[in-house]
Amino acid sequence: MLTPAEWQIVALSLRVGLVAVAVTLPVAFALAWLLARVRFPGKLLVDAIVHLPLVVPPVVTGWVLLILFAPAGPIGGWLDRAFGVSVLFRWTGAAIAAGVMALPLMVRAMRLSIEAVDRRLENAARTLGAGRWRVFRTITLPLSLPGVAAGLVLGFARGLGEFGATITFVSNVPGETQTLPLAIYSALQQPGGDALVWRLSAISVALSLAALVVSELLVRRAGRGQGGV
Amino acid sequence: MAFDLRLAKRFGDTRIDFALSAGEGATVLFGPSGAGKTSVLNMIAGVLRPDSGHVRVSGDTLFDADAGIDLPPERRRAGYVFQEARLFPHLRVRDNLRYGAPGGEADMAAIDFLGIAHLAERWPRTLSGGEARRVAIGRALLSAPAFLLLDEPLSSLDRARREEILAAIEHIRDVVRLPILMVTHDAGEAERIGTRIVAMA
Repeated sequence: MLTPAEWQIVALSLRVGLVAVAVTLPVAFALAWLLARVRFPGKLLVDAIVHLPLVVPPVVTGWVLLILFAPAGPIGGWLDRAFGVSVLFRWTGAAIAAGVMALPLMVRAMRLSIEAVDRRLENAARTLGAGRWRVFRTITLPLSLPGVAAGLVLGFARGLGEFGATITFVSNVPGETQTLPLAIYSALQQPGGDALVWRLSAISVALSLAALVVSELLVRRAGRGQGGV
Repeated sequence: MAFDLRLAKRFGDTRIDFALSAGEGATVLFGPSGAGKTSVLNMIAGVLRPDSGHVRVSGDTLFDADAGIDLPPERRRAGYVFQEARLFPHLRVRDNLRYGAPGGEADMAAIDFLGIAHLAERWPRTLSGGEARRVAIGRALLSAPAFLLLDEPLSSLDRARREEILAAIEHIRDVVRLPILMVTHDAGEAERIGTRIVAMA
């Protein structure tokens, strides 16, 4: 059904999206927990910074990433010296861009699910002899898991659709950084690329739809309360 | 002395000042809603921090503001049965029961008198109010508590279910012989369970 070239684009997009959410997951969960459960000075500012990629023009986010990860930049210079690697023009860079753009959505979904965990259950667990870490592992984490999974799926879908930050940060290299939206953009520039645009757009819509349905199912499951099946 | 308490806590405009010295058996805190009875239990269990005072149970100091002692809830060995059952919704009854049990093994024989063995494989949300309450009592008892805190253990139950729970509490008081501090606003319950009754207004 798909040509090898199209498969390559889909496979690359999936890989970028999956790696992006996998790497962002611990950061997003830690931020979500911090924002949901801890009072600290400057919390409003942290909250705002986390949400920044949602509202700043993606091209600006891509440009900031470019400055940070350039060989002379603070993170890029360190990567170069320590590991001799660069993420510029690489799929790993595309995954970083997708992860940064997915972060706000993931933090939001996870924060809501952590806030929804009944603190009284955590107190009950403590009176039964469980320390903070065990309470987190056995009560807070499992009860917030559907929201965490929903955040993952949403972040994945957002990562699949990432365009502006990616093309600014790591350019549009076929087979390396050319994910679905970038491939669609390239096809639009070519005479006679209509058929390819249709096919790639259909794949994009199908993937996004599937992600949203899965995320909605997870949220509903969370609303019903777990363990009932 | 089973319970030796002196607690002070300010919430905005209201203030709780509470002192109690009580021996063995069941001590009932009796008073209207809003008198701060639940807050007293929370301060004993360690989930609410008093501004000043001390909490001593059976000779062990759990909290002493002057001495800087404040044991975390998990080290106070309080068997706390909350007004709502607070069963963990994602764990079966069996796993709720053994959550606080030393070694993770629920000694079902020790709570045979609660009549909940047949519920072990059920999920909490499928339990009736009376069943959930008995499981909550069983879970607290299996956590090897040094004393029991009961917050309105009969509220929102019908007459038959109340009788089951009352009998279970009497069993704990007379046979298991754990010190009990129970909160209620019902005079009949207070009379029946209380070795002594302390009014709180």
